[in-house]
Amino acid sequence: MSDLNTLESEILAAIDAASTEAGLEDIRVAALGKKGSISEQMKTLGKMSPEERKTMGPALNGLKDRVTDAIAARKTVLAEAALEARLASERVDVTLPLRPSPVESGRIHPVSQVIDELSAIFADMGFAIAEGPDVETDELNFTALNFPEGHPARDMHDTFFFNEKDNGERLLLRTHTSPVQIRTMRTQEPPIRVIIPGRTYRCDSDQTHTPMFHQVEGLVIDKGSHLGHLKWILEEFCKTFFEVDDIKMRFRPSFFPFTEPSMEVDIQCDRSGAEVKFGEGDDWMEILGCGMVHPNVIRNCGLDPDEYQGFAWGMGIDRLAMLKYGMPDLRAFFDADVRWIQHYGFRPLDMPTLAGGLSS
Amino acid sequence: MKFTLSWLKEHLDTNAGLDEIVERLTMIGLEVEEVTNPADRLKPFTIAKVLEATQHPNADRLRVLKVDAGDGGEPLQIVCGAPNARAGLVGVLARPGDYVPGIDVTLSVGKIRDVESFGMMCSERELELSDEHTGIIDLPEDAPVGVSYAQYAGLDDPVIEIGLTPNRPDCTGVYGIARDLAAAGLGTLKERAHDQIRGDFPCPTDVKLDFGDTKPLCKAFGLRMVKGLKNGPSPKWMQERLIAIGLRPINTLVDITNYMTFDQGRPLHVFDAAKVTGDLAVRRGVKGESIEGLNGKTYEVDDTVCVIADDNGLESLGGILGGEVSGCTDDTTDVLIESALWDEDGIAATGRKLGVNTDARYRFERGVDPDYMLPGLEMATKLVMDLCGGEPSEVVVAGKVPDDTHIVDFPYSEVKRLTGLDVSHAEINVTLKALGFWISGTGDTVKVAAPSWRPDIEGKADLAEEVVRIVGLDKVPSTPLPRIGSVAAKVLTPGQIRRNRARRALAARGLNEAVTWSFVTKAEAEAFGGGAPELALANPISPELSDMRPSLLPGLLTAAQRNADRGYPDVALFEVGQVFADDTPEGQSMVAAGVRRGTAVLDGAGRHWSGASPAVGVFDAKADATAVLAAIGAPVDKLQVYTDAPDYFHPGRSGALKLGPKNTLAVFGEIHPRMLGLLDIEGPLVGFEIYLDNLPQPKAKATRSKGALDVSDLMPVRRDFAFVVDKSTPAETLLKAARGAEKALIADVTLFDVYEGKGIAEDQKSLAIDVTLQPTQKTLTDEEIDAVAKKIIAAVEKATGGTLRG
Repeated sequence: MSDLNTLESEILAAIDAASTEAGLEDIRVAALGKKGSISEQMKTLGKMSPEERKTMGPALNGLKDRVTDAIAARKTVLAEAALEARLASERVDVTLPLRPSPVESGRIHPVSQVIDELSAIFADMGFAIAEGPDVETDELNFTALNFPEGHPARDMHDTFFFNEKDNGERLLLRTHTSPVQIRTMRTQEPPIRVIIPGRTYRCDSDQTHTPMFHQVEGLVIDKGSHLGHLKWILEEFCKTFFEVDDIKMRFRPSFFPFTEPSMEVDIQCDRSGAEVKFGEGDDWMEILGCGMVHPNVIRNCGLDPDEYQGFAWGMGIDRLAMLKYGMPDLRAFFDADVRWIQHYGFRPLDMPTLAGGLSS
Repeated sequence: MKFTLSWLKEHLDTNAGLDEIVERLTMIGLEVEEVTNPADRLKPFTIAKVLEATQHPNADRLRVLKVDAGDGGEPLQIVCGAPNARAGLVGVLARPGDYVPGIDVTLSVGKIRDVESFGMMCSERELELSDEHTGIIDLPEDAPVGVSYAQYAGLDDPVIEIGLTPNRPDCTGVYGIARDLAAAGLGTLKERAHDQIRGDFPCPTDVKLDFGDTKPLCKAFGLRMVKGLKNGPSPKWMQERLIAIGLRPINTLVDITNYMTFDQGRPLHVFDAAKVTGDLAVRRGVKGESIEGLNGKTYEVDDTVCVIADDNGLESLGGILGGEVSGCTDDTTDVLIESALWDEDGIAATGRKLGVNTDARYRFERGVDPDYMLPGLEMATKLVMDLCGGEPSEVVVAGKVPDDTHIVDFPYSEVKRLTGLDVSHAEINVTLKALGFWISGTGDTVKVAAPSWRPDIEGKADLAEEVVRIVGLDKVPSTPLPRIGSVAAKVLTPGQIRRNRARRALAARGLNEAVTWSFVTKAEAEAFGGGAPELALANPISPELSDMRPSLLPGLLTAAQRNADRGYPDVALFEVGQVFADDTPEGQSMVAAGVRRGTAVLDGAGRHWSGASPAVGVFDAKADATAVLAAIGAPVDKLQVYTDAPDYFHPGRSGALKLGPKNTLAVFGEIHPRMLGLLDIEGPLVGFEIYLDNLPQPKAKATRSKGALDVSDLMPVRRDFAFVVDKSTPAETLLKAARGAEKALIADVTLFDVYEGKGIAEDQKSLAIDVTLQPTQKTLTDEEIDAVAKKIIAAVEKATGGTLRG
């Protein structure tokens, strides 16, 4: 028996000392393999007397189990240590900076974003979005809109012209989005509710004027819409667009050839600080022109102004963007300076909706 | 249009203060743009009396004054260098702390040559009243000491400037503005004088309107002589008013015409009768004639220009500008006063053509009150006689003052119909009558005639505007527009949706959206497929912005270069916007285009610890174009890649994505080196253009169902093949052949290797593909797989002429 005790302590000591899984396997083979020290002892059991076997059998089996367990336990320890070592060796510096992801670095231009905001607001009120060409006829840009030939009202628009054609026609770049009113009324049956965003052009350039800019126009034609409805629409629009609970507005009589009565609209603001705030303060800021569509314009579109009536309004998209988002200079809108686009632009997933808010 | 408060009050009897008047003007459509008061900057200065003036102990030219400021305090000691400083002088005092505008100095207590000075006595120049600086202001002895000088001198008179809309010629005179305010309930209009001055002799100069059978550019012309007068500076009150609104007094006769222009909106002209030879002819100009205007400029005329001529030649550009030849001077003793009525369109056309803007043109092109032509002449005559004396002739009138009275059938209900505002018939009547309208009839519809000074009134909508303007737009009740249905419907068109998606897709790929000009240079237009003469502006604002763009690329490419020049060489920009193929509406189409410059690839630009970004290449542009096409719903699996991209791309590194040979959806590539030179920009630069309008219209779908998912439970089998083909063989040809070899089984073919070099002949390349076979009924046997492989090899070899790589 003492031999067995010696054998056990030798094997267990070797197991404890094993530092690798391969070394441990060698020990297992040496002890429990076919010709291992314990296996050899097991083979002697057959030749033993029943009495001897009664004591040696359990003793040997016990030894075998203990060695097997010790090997398994040691194996777990060694595997754990090996994994620890591997993990330690695999450590990286997770503070290393990432490359910016494209979805984070791209930007939508404020003009596009504001058009999306306008679309969200007016779509909810049942307005479709109408469009028309930039190169227009004199008829649609002026005459049909009740600008008489040679009238000084035409001089209010510094118009870009193309060269006169052989047939005497002279095309121009639209000076406002209003020709699309005519195109819409001539092709659609009332009731009409559209907004018309788009590029417009005037021969003018300084800090607040660029030869190209963006306007949005609204048009409602039916059998009953009047100035009171127009007021309501513009009040609702301004509150929603500027994201304020309430905003005071002032409607002043004005003149546009294509509306009668005509008005200009100011909104309440506070200009005392560095940024203009809307819905508070004692200042007024002009933001748009509007009015009831002139009977001559309705007539020019083949409708009877005693039967049909409606209103229109127009405002600058760039200016709306400047007022809401604080850009100081209109010219920068068209300069494509990435620093400006990055600063004033919007992330691709910032989709303006009424449910989720126009801006976040 | 500018006027002073006191001027307004000459025509309007009112108790209203400045603020109320300003507010009311704006609210009736005469928008006040600015109110300035010259007295504001003169506020600190008071009238003071010099009690003593003694010689300065240390300076010959200086005196030490003791000044009574009139505030009951001790006399102030002031050192003064003015030669007229003397005891007893009453002048204008500035004290320490006061800002003196003419010398741009805020006074403090000074010490001049060891004598303390507690202020200064001012000259007119120091107060910016005039250029006078020979001495200090010397007021009459009875000027009230201690009183504000501005108030005493009548300078406390606010100047109001209104932005006049072109439909209101009646308010180009202070009288008309007063009439509008009176109608709005802000006081009573003082009736203007209607003097009829009897002429003592026939007007020696006759007038003829001579337009033959052409359109008369002058409707009527009144003329009268006043002889034996004495011209010279106009009276102080008139000069002050003219100066206050920015006009320069010339002499009484000229000032009267300017005064009438602004007071009554009635421009006149005065000829020095001594310089006029023979009668006056009002006619069209003749090519070759020219005239030197009173503004010192010479104008060439032609038969579109209306002129007034005497026997010597041109004397005036009718209704716009008088001639220098017959202008009135201080020596004028006999004057011819003209009050005429000109054709509005003729005035506007001449003004534009000759580029001359005058106060007369401004009024005549908008429409001057025809009925006031002769009363205006009478009033001017009276002013001339009152201020210069002289003896008036009878009036000669050529032509006839037209009767433009226009009667409108006006249903009272029109006010409510158009404005939503309830106004009683009585209030409508009062309002219109106060504005000078004439109303006749009873019942729900009446006849209304506009006064002669309102050429803008055309129909009943104009009358509704007059009522709501005066009653107040703030009274119009805000009324909700009825909703159409309860949940808002989809309103965007397929084109609009595509543009939005293209925009967001490109931004999600890291590109920044730009908005560039719709115009480019002629050279850029030509280089990018445009430059047609019908798309060149006749009046471009600069040569850089002269032609409508045929492509978005020149704008984006030059923008990329501007960023590079600012120190940002790696930029990715895009734009979604219109391009122009011709000048018809159909010639305008929508394009999404983008450029990447330097190393601005999808994963970011520049150097990075994980590896530096490569220079942008053709595949970056192809990836952008393809991604956008997928995002906007193009049938991407049906797209074919062609190599015939436009010639502004590198011919060997560009392509076109098409649906069939004719319908190009997109082009992409590296920018042709020649273009870089032409635009004066540097690469590497790649670009793409997506022709959004070329996409097929989406088909209307019966349901929104995506159909059942059809997948097989059987394992897919993958096999690799490598083929050696000619270098010029497009990979697309090989892939297409492999995909088509056994459509029922081949689920996917990908190209995973392209190899040229050792082991492959010089003019050849190896293309390796990975083919996925997806069985649907039962697992494939080796024989079945081999059979498909043979088909693939045969198909590829047939299509490409290549061989399986051994």
